Amino acid sequence: MTAETISMTTADAPIHPRWVRVCHWVNAVAILVMIGSGWQVYNASPLFDFEFPKQITLGGWLAGALLWHFAAMWAVVINGIVYVTLGIATGRFRRKLLPIRPAEVIADIKAALSFKLAHDDLSHYNAVQKLLYTGVIIAGFVIVLSGISIWKPVQFQELTALFGGYDAARYVHFFAMAAIVGFLIVHVALALIVPKSLRAMITGR
Amino acid sequence: MRQRKIIPGVDAKWLIKDAAKLMPDASRRGFLRGAASLGALTFLTGCDILDGDTAEGVLRKISEFNDGAQAALFSRSKLAPTYPESAITKPFPFNAYYDEDEAPEVDGKTYKLEVAGLVENKKSWTLDELYALPEVSQITRHICVEGWSAIGSWQGTPLSEFLKRVGADTRAKYVWFKCAEGYTNTIDMPTALHPQTQMTFKFANQILPRAYGFPMKIRIPTKLGFKNPKYVVAMEVTNTDKGGYWEDKGYNWFSGL
Repeated sequence: MTAETISMTTADAPIHPRWVRVCHWVNAVAILVMIGSGWQVYNASPLFDFEFPKQITLGGWLAGALLWHFAAMWAVVINGIVYVTLGIATGRFRRKLLPIRPAEVIADIKAALSFKLAHDDLSHYNAVQKLLYTGVIIAGFVIVLSGISIWKPVQFQELTALFGGYDAARYVHFFAMAAIVGFLIVHVALALIVPKSLRAMITGR
Repeated sequence: MRQRKIIPGVDAKWLIKDAAKLMPDASRRGFLRGAASLGALTFLTGCDILDGDTAEGVLRKISEFNDGAQAALFSRSKLAPTYPESAITKPFPFNAYYDEDEAPEVDGKTYKLEVAGLVENKKSWTLDELYALPEVSQITRHICVEGWSAIGSWQGTPLSEFLKRVGADTRAKYVWFKCAEGYTNTIDMPTALHPQTQMTFKFANQILPRAYGFPMKIRIPTKLGFKNPKYVVAMEVTNTDKGGYWEDKGYNWFSGL
């Protein structure tokens, strides 16, 4: 196993294997559709004292937004299952994302804030990256499960009950969205600051 | 024809017709506006994948696929959660595409429920005859397609019991409802036969007030609120999907919970 691990990080292997890149971009498109249409759905019955500006929502009106949302959900879920299955089966999650040590996270946050965090080796994630990527995978699970709870509160009522009931599941779904959008802002900003990381996710190198 | 194994809610012939008809112009433009605001996506993919009619057609097809998926998920024996009286939402909201003072005023004395289609006995039912049917009660959650929900208390007779009494052919695919103001609704037969699907005559043990659908509402706790028609004046057991007010405008047909 050690030999394999080493061979995966040799110069010949791409930084991101093809399946990671395909899953990443399928997810990127699908998640943007989910967020844009989800904001329009939210506006039909807002949970808080604000609405999303119409210009950044998708679907035009509630029925249109729901058509987008319940179409893109298949892409998110099927792609997500492929990604998580391969992530576990190939050992990539364990190799890349674990362990996450609190002391390293704090040290890396300090380094990042003073612009001293190194990005020399794109194949190696620092502790903050590990934390964020693991966190967004967990948020992905929560948003899918809370979404199923809202969509099917009778057929999957046990799951809905796990989230504290139908109304509570709506809040969970909203906050999972907020977590993912928060991640996206940091993620996209950093990808633009370090363009070679964007290139690596497209070409693999 | 009726022997064929068909997914409830999916009738190929009518789906194609519906897909061709789609939506009124105003809504159609709404769709395109939504597509236009997807600029970021177009930028990402580098091509214009969102020609309005094409996108809409594809979305409609997926929505039809989702009808089938939901019909497969639907269980005749899975009951919607019920609640104690203390959980009832007060006041229970009035909701329609018109204001409360524009709600239909049905005269209970002259009211007759028309029964049509694949039934043995097509006689109309007066309110007194309907009130004499066995009464069951449920306190369940009404969930609106908009996202909000409210818990209400409804009394009436199981629709399955009524369908049995009129000799309905329960192998038929749909039950269609027509309402006093012209609202229409079609549901799949498995949902019509679900034990909690109710011909409702009372709210919180009082004769259904005008706001909640006097004289009769169809309460279906396994479907979104708009699939629970109020002011029902006619029903038809049929193998033809006649659509419905909101479904025809783009909302998902099955809309199960």
